[in-house]
Formats: sequence, C-alpha cells, structure tokens
Amino acid sequence: MTALLSVRDLSVQFVTDDGVVEALDTVSFDVRAGEILGVVGESGSGKSVTALAMLRLIRPPGHIVGGAVRFDGVDLLTVSEEQMRAVRGRSISMVFQSPRTALNPVLTVGRQIARLFALHQRASAPEAWRRALEMLALVGIADPERRARQYAHQLSGGMCQRVMIAMALATAPRLLIADEPTTGLDVSIAAQVLELLRDLGRRTGAAIVLITHDLAVVAEVCDRVTVMHAGQLVEMADVRTLFARPLHPYTQALVRSIPRIDQDVTLEPIPGTVPSMLAPPPGCRYADRCPRVLDVCRRARPALLGAGPEHEVACYAVEQDVGVTVR
Amino acid sequence: MGFGGYVVRRLLLVVPTLIGVTIISFALTHLLPGNPALVKAGPLATPEVVQEIERSMGLDRPLPVQYWRYVSGLLHGDLGESASTGRPVLEDFRQRIPATLELTLASLLVAVGIGVPLGVLSAVHRDSVLDHVSRVLGVGGVAMPSFWTGLLLLYVFFYLLGVAPPPLGRLAADVTPPPRLTGLTVLDAALAGHGGALLSALHHLMLPALTLGFAVMAPLTRMVRATMLEILESDYVKAAWAAGLPRRRVVYGDALRNALIPVITVLGVIFGFLMAGNVVVEMVYAWPGLGHYAVTALVTKDPGPIQSFVLFVAVMYVFVNLAVDLLYGLADPRIRLR
Amino acid sequence: MHWRRLTANRLSFASLCALLVVVAAALLAPWVAPYDPDETDAAAALSSVSLHHLLGTDLYGRDQLSRLVHAARVDLLVALSATAMALGLGSTLGALAGYRGGWVDQLLMRAVDAVMAFPAFILAMGVTAALGNSTANVVAAIAITHVPIYTRLIRGEMLKVREMEYAEAARTVGNRPRQIVLVHLFPNCVPPLVVQATLAMGFAILTVAALSFIGLGIQPPQSEWGQMTAEGAGYVVSGEWWLVLFPGLAIMATVLAFNLIGDTLRDVLDPRMRGVR
Repeated sequence: MTALLSVRDLSVQFVTDDGVVEALDTVSFDVRAGEILGVVGESGSGKSVTALAMLRLIRPPGHIVGGAVRFDGVDLLTVSEEQMRAVRGRSISMVFQSPRTALNPVLTVGRQIARLFALHQRASAPEAWRRALEMLALVGIADPERRARQYAHQLSGGMCQRVMIAMALATAPRLLIADEPTTGLDVSIAAQVLELLRDLGRRTGAAIVLITHDLAVVAEVCDRVTVMHAGQLVEMADVRTLFARPLHPYTQALVRSIPRIDQDVTLEPIPGTVPSMLAPPPGCRYADRCPRVLDVCRRARPALLGAGPEHEVACYAVEQDVGVTVR
Repeated sequence: MGFGGYVVRRLLLVVPTLIGVTIISFALTHLLPGNPALVKAGPLATPEVVQEIERSMGLDRPLPVQYWRYVSGLLHGDLGESASTGRPVLEDFRQRIPATLELTLASLLVAVGIGVPLGVLSAVHRDSVLDHVSRVLGVGGVAMPSFWTGLLLLYVFFYLLGVAPPPLGRLAADVTPPPRLTGLTVLDAALAGHGGALLSALHHLMLPALTLGFAVMAPLTRMVRATMLEILESDYVKAAWAAGLPRRRVVYGDALRNALIPVITVLGVIFGFLMAGNVVVEMVYAWPGLGHYAVTALVTKDPGPIQSFVLFVAVMYVFVNLAVDLLYGLADPRIRLR
Repeated sequence: MHWRRLTANRLSFASLCALLVVVAAALLAPWVAPYDPDETDAAAALSSVSLHHLLGTDLYGRDQLSRLVHAARVDLLVALSATAMALGLGSTLGALAGYRGGWVDQLLMRAVDAVMAFPAFILAMGVTAALGNSTANVVAAIAITHVPIYTRLIRGEMLKVREMEYAEAARTVGNRPRQIVLVHLFPNCVPPLVVQATLAMGFAILTVAALSFIGLGIQPPQSEWGQMTAEGAGYVVSGEWWLVLFPGLAIMATVLAFNLIGDTLRDVLDPRMRGVR
C-alpha cells in the first residue's frame, strides 16, 4: 500500500550558543491514508520537531539538514515556499498543544476559521463565515453563532482545542498532525477530544499523526505507533503488537511504566534522563540507559529492521535474540 | 460589566492622584523663599501694609485652609499672575500652549513614525545589521542629553549645511503669520492656504521635532522590538503559519496587531519624557511654548509661572495616562470583554 | 559561540574603564587640569582646539579642558549624593511601609503615587525653583524624584519577607522579628538596588545637566557640564562648535558608561530582570 506521506532519513539540527543540537537523526516512517499513527516519546525526544519538519516549519536556528518528506510523490523539502504554503492548512494541517495560546487573542475564533476558507478556497466573506459556523458545529460546539464572535480567552480549554481542530479540518486536509492535543486538558475533556479526532478522521478519511507522551492516549485511538527516543526512531508497530510484544528495551520500559489496574505490578520508572543532543555520541542514544546494551550499540546506530508483520525495531540486542549476527 | 468596572476603577484612581498632585504643588508654591506678600507690597511698604496684604492673600490662615483656597482657585482657573507679563498666568498659558502642542505632536509623529517601524523591523530581522544599528542608536540615544542633540543638529544643519533656519522661533521673520485659528502654525497656514507660511512653519518645526522625537524614541523602539520578538515566538504565530498563511501576512498582520497593543502603554510614559524634553528643546530653539515661558519667567525672578507649569504638566500627565489605560482596555479584547 | 558573552563583557569592561577615567579626572582635577579653570586669557578667547588648549577656549579665554575636568567633580558629586540620599530615604520609607502595613503603608504609597504622577524632570524643576538655585537644592530635588523607585522596591521585598516571617514564627517562638527581617531582606534587596542605583546615576547626571542648561541649579562660577553647554549654545550658530561638543560628549560618555555597567550588573545579578536581548 503506497503511503500518503513518507518521511525518509529526516535530520534536523539546531544551532545554539553552546553548539549544534542534533534534534532528529535520520528518522524514517510512513503515514498511510486514513490511519491514525501515534508518535510517542518522552519530552525532548524530537516528536514535535518531527511534526514541524513535516510541514517545513523549522526556522533558524533550526535547520532541516537531510532527508525527504514525500507527499503525493513530491518531496516537500524541495518545493518552493509558495508551493509549500498551498499545502499547509489545505492538504496537511496541524493542531498545536496548549490550545488557548495557539489561538490569536485579538481575533474572534470565527474570524480565525473563516479566513482560512477565504485564503485556501477564495470564499467570499459571508460564505467563509457560514462555513466557519458549520465547522464549529461539526466539532461539537454548541451555539456556534455566539461562540464564533467570541475570543479565545472566553472559551474553555476544551472548546479552544475544538476550535483548533475546526481550523485544521476546515479545508478537508488529507493529513492532520496533532501535537499533544490532549496535554493540559481534563481527563474527561481529553477523552472527548480524542473521540472527536477519531470520529472526524473516519468521516473525512483524513490520516492523523498523533503526537503524545501519553501511552494511554496511543492505546485508545491509534492504529499504528512509532516510538522515538532522543531524536531517533526506535520502534514502529501496529498498536496491539506494540503493547503485547514490545521489542525495543525503551519501548518495554515505557510500557512497564504504565500503571495497570488489572495487574499488581511495581511501577518501574526508566532510569536516567534523555541524553543531551549536543554533539551526541555515535550509535544508539539509549545506550546509557539500556539494560541490554552491547559494545556495538555505542559505536554504530542499529538499522530499523522488520521483526514481524507491521513491526520494525532498531536494536542490536533484538537482532542478537533473533540470531542475526551482530558485528 | 467587566469593562465598565475597569473603567470606573480607573477613573476613581484619578481622584486621589490629583489630590496628591495638588498637595505637592501647593507645598512647592509655599516653599518659595521669601514672603509673597512682601513681594507684592513692594520695597517701600510699611509692615502694616504688608500685614494687610498678607491677610487679604490668606497667608495668616492655617495651612489646610490655605490649601483649600489654593485648590478652589485652581478650579476657577486662577493660576496666579505673572510678574513679568503682568497678566494672569492662565492667559499666558492659553497663548503659549499651541506652540508646545505643535512641537509635542510633531515630535510624537517623529518618534512613532520612526521608532515603531524600526522596532518592528529589528525584531523581524533579528541580529541583522539594521537590528544592531538600531540597538546601538537606542543605547546611545538614551545617554545623549536632548539639548546637546539639538545643538549638534543646529550646528550641522544650520551652520554647516544651511538647510535649517536659525533658532529664532516658529516662522521666518519676513513671513506673515497666518490667521490664528488653532494656534498650530502649520495647521493654520494649511487651512488658510498660505503656501509660504506653511513651508516656513514646517521648516522651523523640523529640527525641534527631530530633536525631541529622537530623544523619546529609544524606549519606544526597545519596547516594540521586545514585544514583537516575544510574539513571533508565540504559538499562535506558528499555528497561523502552519495553516498556510503567508509569512509576511502573519508577521505584519497577526503579530504586529498583537504587538501594538502593549505598545499603547508605553505612550503614556513617552508623554512624560516629551513634556520634560519640551522644556529643554524649547529653550534651545527659542520656541515660544509653555516651557520657554515658564523658564524665562523664572530667570526674571517671576516664580509663579513655573509652578503653574509644573502643576499643569502633572495634571496633563495624569489624564494622558488615564486615556492610555482606557485605550488599552478598548484595544485588548481580553480586557474589553471580561 | 561564546563571543557574544565576551563582547558584552568587553563592552562593560570598556565602560568601567571609561568611568574610572572620568572619576579619576574628577578627583585629581586640580592636578590634571592644565590650567586654572577660572583663569581668563582675552588673547586666546574663543579659540578652537589646539595644542595649547586641547578642547579650545570660551569667550573669556578660559581653558575648556580644565573647566571640563573640574565640572566632572560637580556632576559626579551631585549624582552620587542624590542617588545616595534617594537610596537611603527610599529604602527606609519602603521598609517602613512594608513592615508596618496598615495606614502607614497606605499613606506612604499614596505619597509615592503622587510623586510619580509628575514626570521626574518636571518635578525636579519645580523643587529647584521653589528651593532656590544651589547645588544642595539640586541634589535634594533629584533625590526626591528618585525616592519612589527605591521605596516600591524595598516595600515589595519587605512584603515577601513578612510572609516568610509568619511561616518561621509558626515554627519557632518568634523573637527578634527585626533580626529575621534584616537577615532575609538584605540579600534579596542588594542586587536590584545596586542595578537601580547604577542606572539612576546616569539619570541624575542627565537631570542636573538639563537643569543647569536651562538656568536652574548649578550657577556660575561653578562649572558643570550642562551649564558649560548652555554657555556655548549661543556660539553654535556662528560656528564655534567646541564649546558645545565636549561637555555634551562628557555627559554622554559618563551616562552611557553607567547604563552599560548597570545593564551588565542586571544580567549578572538578577536574571529575573533580564529583558529580551
């Protein structure tokens, strides 16, 4: 099945006063039409950077230094800014975390949605407004006529997130990137937002890339999952497989750290912290925290290899398990 | 009710501030060395006459009563008399205000017209040559005394280049002044269609406005730049960009619109600097405004005008800050609708 | 990538050096100045920059360099005294307001508001005009306009400390509350006070210069940078530029030095106050 969006060897660097931070290290994955792909990792793992890079929103001091992002057969990293603008918000759109700060405080929410219609579909002002109201109703906001005239600070966090989703889905994009859409929301509101995303995804046929640090969210709505650690992609699998049979030590640790109501297990936090990506060592960046680390892990990066249908992992220890000779 | 409450609260704050201002002003007028009754009586007056005058001026009453007389006088427009012009100070003020107003407005135009774009461009093109130059000018400009700037400008543009007029007032000596409608020479000349007078007025306004405008520009530029930088990093700017809006529109539309709101608050502070600078610049260019009037009166041992000037400026400052706060409340929907 | 920090340090280092030069010149004026500042020389009147008179002479033939150096004393002394006075008075009032609270606090805060309702220079003008033209009165005038800043600062810190004090008193039997207050108060106050005072020195110099320029404050025969500029102002239109350039330059250099040092101190001592670079 050809992918809707295909990321290959994407690398991003940030130039800071203290040196070069390698935020993403040759990340590769596919997003298939209509699926919900989760991108999971601790904070600092590069999840958000991946999202921004996909839409070419990385600005100095950040630079995309390698790789390709193929959408509809075209590498988005090579097209002109004008062509990119035609993609953003139209074919691919994004929902940001902390919804209230992601909305312009001095424009009414209705206006913020409406102008996207005016921009991407050359809708007239009254037409754009009408469609904005439709979108607000679609995302489940009651009394859209009144709400559209309000400002971000007058809406609750959950409602702001719905507005963001409305903005993102306004032009029926084929891919929606949601960066931590439920962080900071009440558990019950978060559940509603997730439900909304899944529902709208199914209805519009849009694929969703869901970025989160919360495995519970992933378990709830995602079809497939990629796991990131310190800018490197370490495992990719369909959601059931990932939870039932996690292969990478990091994924295993993540899964083990989820509290479970049906088992009496001691919670085990993952030792250490995400390593500094300032002049990082070669090799696997989980090496210092890994219980199964081998010498080769520190020397060279393991490649992402298939370990089953819909299951890929980058780990020398796993290779060893399976009998692949590890150099 | 939220915004209404904000307005009411803000208005109420004005009253105690004004009272405080009049108390300080009263203290200053009563600190004047010498006995004002003596001054009024003249050197040949007998002690009885002086006492009589004292009584008529209320100088023998307790302080609170004198303060009350002072304030009621103020409310009736009694700002005392100027010994040098022989007229009520209020009248002198009325005659001189337009010149100061003209200079203040022109300087504000310069400061905002140059300062705001400079701050915006500095933020948008951070760490560029323009940014560095503007920051250097900002830091340097704050350290330059405005009278020095004015004199240097005079030297360069009048003496060396000959493009500026001599610092003798608002119009060239050989130009007929336009009929006085507003008192703002530029406006009056424009309204009356006197091309020659208009040009001359602008010509004479040029250097003073540049001097004063430059003197107050630095804090404005700095604040615009800082606010703009903060906003350019904000989530909603990123979100707007992610939604496909062209970068130029995001920066000069969304971002700028948000940035200009807090800048309103700086305008109040700028006004304070403007009034302070006004005095000095008027002296440098012999600009016949309020500051010039007050200072020259002092030099001729006429103390009334300067204290009235101080009070006047303070009251203006209070109301300008009030207007700025209310404007800010209107502009920011977070305050207007809560 | 550390060059940016080094440059900042180099700049403030240069400022410190410049400032030391000014202070040294001021302190050693009688020995550094090539001439007696009041010595007239009609033959050399209004002469421009030359080997004999490095900064030129004025109408009376007085050497401008000597006058400038002597004027440095006045400017620095006024600025220092005013800042010290304001610091002392303002801190005391602020501590009082914060500690006592109640009507004392309210009254002091209203008074501070009233003073701040005047643009600083305008108030300084008023006070100097009321008290009379003398150096001491100028110092008092400037000090008065600076007091509110310190009052508010110390009051803020005091309020914070009082909260802590209650917490401590809850644990220990609170004796010697004043001791606790002082121990906690000072370390927090010193950094912002130092920064404010340094920046205030610059403002003070600008104020005294402007006051003297318009004829208030420092009177001849005492020389002061602003006053020297005023004397030279009339000659700018006829091309004698040196009378105006050098005193103004002295003002600018000194104020700039104080400002840059103050900014560096702010970055070093109080990261909370750090603005956007």
